[in-house]
Amino acid sequence: MTRLDLVPLWAAVPVAILLVIGATLALLGAVGLLRLRTFYDRLHAPTLCTSWGTAATILASMVMFTTMSGRPVIHEIVIGIFVMITTPITLLMLGRAALRRDRAKDPTMLDEGARLPLIERDDGTKEAAKTLEGDENAPQEAPPQPMGN
Amino acid sequence: MRSWLPHPVLSLALTLMWLLLTRFSLGNLVLGGAISIAAGLSVARLQLPSAPLRNYHKIVWLAAIVGVDIIRSNIDVARVILAGPDSPNTKSGFMVVQLRLRNRNALALLAMILTATPGTAWVEYDPSSGRLLLHVLDLVDPAEWQNLIKNRYEALLMEIFE
Amino acid sequence: MSATILNFASIYALLALGLAFAMSCWRMMQGPRAQDRVLAMDTMYICAMLLILVVGMRVGSIFFFEAALVIAVLGFVATVSLAKFLMRGEVIE
Repeated sequence: MTRLDLVPLWAAVPVAILLVIGATLALLGAVGLLRLRTFYDRLHAPTLCTSWGTAATILASMVMFTTMSGRPVIHEIVIGIFVMITTPITLLMLGRAALRRDRAKDPTMLDEGARLPLIERDDGTKEAAKTLEGDENAPQEAPPQPMGN
Repeated sequence: MRSWLPHPVLSLALTLMWLLLTRFSLGNLVLGGAISIAAGLSVARLQLPSAPLRNYHKIVWLAAIVGVDIIRSNIDVARVILAGPDSPNTKSGFMVVQLRLRNRNALALLAMILTATPGTAWVEYDPSSGRLLLHVLDLVDPAEWQNLIKNRYEALLMEIFE
Repeated sequence: MSATILNFASIYALLALGLAFAMSCWRMMQGPRAQDRVLAMDTMYICAMLLILVVGMRVGSIFFFEAALVIAVLGFVATVSLAKFLMRGEVIE
């Protein structure tokens, strides 16, 4: 515990606030994962963990290590960028997979309710799947992603 | 220049990442630079569709808007979760937005923005009709969401990419 | 003084993240369909990564950062491959 005393008070307070905010948001995301009723509702819950839950914790870590060691420590930003880029990809794929499996069970799912015309359902969804995956590879500043396609 | 450094931004970002993850020294700079040039060459083999950007300064504006919206929707989604699924004034559901955007890179960026923002999830896009199926956690007023996506994001993305 | 503040904040963060981990674990075991389990596993990976980061801050060592990075990368790969499997493969429930 002696190393924590190296952090000056003016930095310790924001670090503590950021830690509390980040952990609370992550907890709320998990609560949502547990409480919400349908899968598509639950799809929104983890974004709380990955957006400001992660960002606040990373900011806290950066401020703490920078003030503790007296030199800029910003390598945590790599985790932040990585999580920021990968979360949409995983959630998008999960949402598409869920819709596909729901349609396999019930082919009329979301045809009428969302007024989305499904012309030649099998062919159409296959085509849409291809273009979306092609698009996901497009963001150019991504760190090396093992997205074999 | 083009032949050995096909993706300058990607190579620069990889070099910066290498330097962040190791200690800063000349040796690491050379090694990281070599690796990122090799990575740029191998990415060029994939022949990704190029993304000519028109307005660079608009990207900063877009990033600022998205940052503010992520903070705001974090609070909104936290409130919805705390209110619970039985609360009468929260209602989730699917909605359809007719997009005018056709550029593939712009669509990918819009998908990332909408999915990274808590409260909206991109579910399906039909490229032939340009219809986007969204799932929204707080679907009290669909017209407001439609307005947000079309006027706030799509217009800006069209200015940047098309 | 600052050690006390940081101590309390990090203990709170550890408890909250541990609870979040347990909740997503529960959803993974209970989840009615396969996509719920995959989503819960993704959340679990994120919570574990944040836990490692907070433990690293508490210990005051920057070497936990690499473990957190590895967990983030592995979580992404695992979730993407499982989602791909759900989309393409034949899953019998």
